[in-house]
Amino acid sequence: MTTMAAELHGVVEAPPSENRTWKKLRSNRSALFGFAIVFFFVAIAALAPVLPIPDPTATNWGLVRKAPSAAHWLGTDELGRDLLSRMVWGAQASLLAGVVSVFITVAIGVPIGLVAGYFGGWLDQIISRVTDALLATPFLILAIALAAFLGPSLTNAMLAIGLSAMPIFIRLTRGQVLAVKTEDYVEGARAIGLGHFRIIMRYILPNVFSPILVQSTLSIAVAIIAEASLSFLGLGQQPPAPSWGSMLNVAKDFLEQAPWMAMWPGIAIFLVVIGFNLLGDGLRDALDPRETE
Amino acid sequence: MLRYIGKRLLIAIPTLILISIFVFSLQKLLPGDPALVMAGEERDPKVIEYIREKYRFNDPLPYQYFYWVNGVVHGDFGMSLRTNQPVLTLIEQKLPVTIQLALMSMILALLIGIPTGILSAVKKGTVVDYIANIVALSGLSIPNFWLGIMLILLVSVRLHWLPASGYVSPFVDPWRSFATMLMPSFVLGSAISSAFMRHTRSAMLSVLKSDYVRTARAKGLTETIVVLKHAFRNALIPIVTLGALIFGELLAGAVLTEQIFTIPGFGKLIVDAVFNRDYSVVQGMVLCTAVAFIVMNLVADVLYVVLNPRLRDTL
Amino acid sequence: MKLKSLAFALAISAALTGPALATDLRIGIGEDPDALDPDQSRTFVGEVIFAAMCDKLVNITPDLTIIPQLATDWNWSGDGTELTMDLRKGVTFQDGTPFNAQAVVDNIDRSQHLPESRRKSELTSVKSVEAAGEYQVKFNLSAPDATLLATLAARSGAMMSPTAFKKDGLDFANHPVCAGPFEFKSRVQQDRIVLQKYPGYWDADKIKVDTVTYLPIPDATVRLANLRSGDLDIIERVAPTDAQSVKDDPSLTYADAPGIGYQGLTININNGTGAGNPFAKSNLLRQAFSLSIDRDALNQVVFNGAYTPGNQPASPKSPWYDQDLPVPARDVAKAEALMKQAGVDRVDLQLTVPNNPQSMQLAQVIQSMVAESGFKLNIKATEFATMLAAQTAGDYQADLVGWSGYVDPDANLNPFVTCNGGINDSKYCDPALDKLMQAGRASTDPAARKKAYDAARVILDRDLPLIYLYHPTWIWAMGKKVTGFVPYPDGLIRLEGVSKS
Repeated sequence: MTTMAAELHGVVEAPPSENRTWKKLRSNRSALFGFAIVFFFVAIAALAPVLPIPDPTATNWGLVRKAPSAAHWLGTDELGRDLLSRMVWGAQASLLAGVVSVFITVAIGVPIGLVAGYFGGWLDQIISRVTDALLATPFLILAIALAAFLGPSLTNAMLAIGLSAMPIFIRLTRGQVLAVKTEDYVEGARAIGLGHFRIIMRYILPNVFSPILVQSTLSIAVAIIAEASLSFLGLGQQPPAPSWGSMLNVAKDFLEQAPWMAMWPGIAIFLVVIGFNLLGDGLRDALDPRETE
Repeated sequence: MLRYIGKRLLIAIPTLILISIFVFSLQKLLPGDPALVMAGEERDPKVIEYIREKYRFNDPLPYQYFYWVNGVVHGDFGMSLRTNQPVLTLIEQKLPVTIQLALMSMILALLIGIPTGILSAVKKGTVVDYIANIVALSGLSIPNFWLGIMLILLVSVRLHWLPASGYVSPFVDPWRSFATMLMPSFVLGSAISSAFMRHTRSAMLSVLKSDYVRTARAKGLTETIVVLKHAFRNALIPIVTLGALIFGELLAGAVLTEQIFTIPGFGKLIVDAVFNRDYSVVQGMVLCTAVAFIVMNLVADVLYVVLNPRLRDTL
Repeated sequence: MKLKSLAFALAISAALTGPALATDLRIGIGEDPDALDPDQSRTFVGEVIFAAMCDKLVNITPDLTIIPQLATDWNWSGDGTELTMDLRKGVTFQDGTPFNAQAVVDNIDRSQHLPESRRKSELTSVKSVEAAGEYQVKFNLSAPDATLLATLAARSGAMMSPTAFKKDGLDFANHPVCAGPFEFKSRVQQDRIVLQKYPGYWDADKIKVDTVTYLPIPDATVRLANLRSGDLDIIERVAPTDAQSVKDDPSLTYADAPGIGYQGLTININNGTGAGNPFAKSNLLRQAFSLSIDRDALNQVVFNGAYTPGNQPASPKSPWYDQDLPVPARDVAKAEALMKQAGVDRVDLQLTVPNNPQSMQLAQVIQSMVAESGFKLNIKATEFATMLAAQTAGDYQADLVGWSGYVDPDANLNPFVTCNGGINDSKYCDPALDKLMQAGRASTDPAARKKAYDAARVILDRDLPLIYLYHPTWIWAMGKKVTGFVPYPDGLIRLEGVSKS
């Protein structure tokens, strides 16, 4: 068991300076590639209003579920709307749903997990029990209640998704803190009278960073898909405005007749997830004090 | 350790009470009137009022809660409003199904996720790493319904290798039971395995660079032993956390996968019960899944101690 | 390994030497039914099960004529307040209880007086039922009610064993006993309902399968895939967009029947907070709205043309359809003129829609169509229970609602539009209309009834508390092994004559 202490001790060398982190990130080719993908989607989402694409809600009864063609590069959907345009406009809702909800989760979940793991005792008990309660409550119930009380909007959908993903982050953080806090260097820091806040920020947080980063990048995909099921409860993006998730949901009924309807949003979600994961990996490597060029 | 587990189980009782109170208050929080849903097109006010009275919807919530707890303590979880079946019967019918699906998906996910995660960390930056990552991330981004329907169309409709749906108990026909559960557990397992793979990879990367592993290498141990015996064990914390959580989630049911493969598990039942405001079913099922989460949380905490015995004093 | 191959050999030899294998018919249904008790049941899919399990007093033909089932003959008294029925002799319920006049009396009594019964409203006209002989019953009505026969052809007329329901009460739903061709064997919620042939059935010759297994598979694509893989023999409610591929598939048989149900918009005219808007107040705006919809295009886009566009509760193919008021063609110019006449050029309207992909698609088509005449439709997706509560409480402006339909025209209209109608959530009320609806019920002469309903139609077409859109077509698909299936407009699967080779 001393071996484990030795190994964990190694992890907590001084965190790299910001400058070095950036440098390492920039020289990491796959991280740059990930950044490029994410940037691409963010850019088209932001540029949607000025791109030369048709109105994403313009229906055409004569062009229902048509395969990709010169006029409609990605084909048309169940109401004859241009899928390229819907993909572009849908990027806004989906990226927001993915990124903001994960941000909410991390911003609230990680501090709670840190506190629970670090202080332990009754505080940990309360946090863990409430987390259990949150986990045991079906997501659907939370969503219906939110839809009824807060009304339909994309923001409320992000809130619902963020809340439901929180227990994972609380537990991941807590578990990691438990593993680190008994280490000699933390004890040492305590012995020399460092404040809790300093200890957490300087010695604990850097060690829980890695799994949180991995989980965040994974959660983005889950959130984008979850937004769709929410739009069916009156939360999330409301029709006829597009989102990738709701496009997938509709495409489900036409998997055989119009496979392209499911294909584009599927590919887009995949690419965004790859992008964020590569970026996350790069960030992980850059923040890892032992990682050298 | 046993004392610790005993203590934790005792602490679980107030947790269950907390959860059940929370679920009970949902009756008031959710819009929609269960009596109205149950009455259907019969709008005779007498019928609706009768249903309200019968299921105590008119009573104050604390009274309802008392009756319910009293029943549960005596093994009576109430009746489904929708089908008149005892909730306990529903749980008995669906629990084995849900456990089987959860176990098979979990085993599959661990079998795929952890080895690829280790391999990918060891071969970081190589083609193997890239391919493993891309496969894992596609497993995560492919929606369950898409994979499920495609598998049915390919494996069952085109190739006739496996039955498309329908649950068979392993006690009736183990082979057929395994065959019907294979595709759904693959669909669930593939998404979960990507999370395992990514976490394993990341944790292994941290550990492989540590002094401790360097020491092991320096001692002349073979790389396989270094990786599997020394490094992996220390990378397990996030995997244990995640595994316990995911297993708990699987025990709460997987709605879409159950629906596509027509597996009578918890997920679809809870969703239907929520939509129908069949509160006795919702309450009974949530109590079950709450127990699952508490047990899994306990398992995770015990495993932390096994992995890092110094924690024993702090827990 | 050895053991396994031995077991395998045994199984093979058993299959070869044993008696002919029992034929099991596997039917994929769209949802899991609720309580299997005709008095408590409220879902359509429950009726699908009852069609195999519970014979009714009377039955219908595919062209909706009422024919004998457990009652062999019936007569109306001259003033239409007494219905006398002769009952079939030699019929026993699946628990051996004999079927007779007393059983019918007990059944109707249960439908009317069981506190949980959902059949009360349909049977309000029945004052009393008495046994006029061992095999004759007399229904005494409080007022003439021509709809009663059709009511007795549905769940109210489904006969359950009095022995069973007196013993089991509400628990009857968990082991129902009726007088139909198949008896209840087992049920696992959301998994399957298994029925087996009842050897003592009065018409046993027509029954050609030994067991029937109903499997609830909510997803239409998956249901069809299960049929194609051979896991199922018959599926109901094939998605209209899949109809063509079923027809093209040489290994499948296609069947359809024009439904008696409809899909439409319920407008909140005078119910609580949702009323009071211009759309609720002005029938001109509602006419404009109806004229803005291209019902043909809607049918083509959403249902590949498989359904029937409509503007009345009865489909244009029904004898009850009023031919003088045909389905209106889309006319945006006229709609705009009507809006001008109403004094507005733009109307904001919230449409509440059930949360399934097809309804959402439908709502978006309507949204797009009416936008051209100046209606700004705001779609609100809601799950069923919330929608129902809001609709009853009047917390809605317009709802997208479907109705699976009854055989008698009265049951498809009366509850929705009469002042005290049970499901009148738009709270539309016009005494003149009520009088006509009453007249339609009072006579047993179809021609006189039709005249009354046509007159009612004129009023409703002017006021439009409901805007009808289309009539679904029931679509079934089955494997080539299945023969003898007859499609019915009520969407039920009747197994008489169905066999599987």
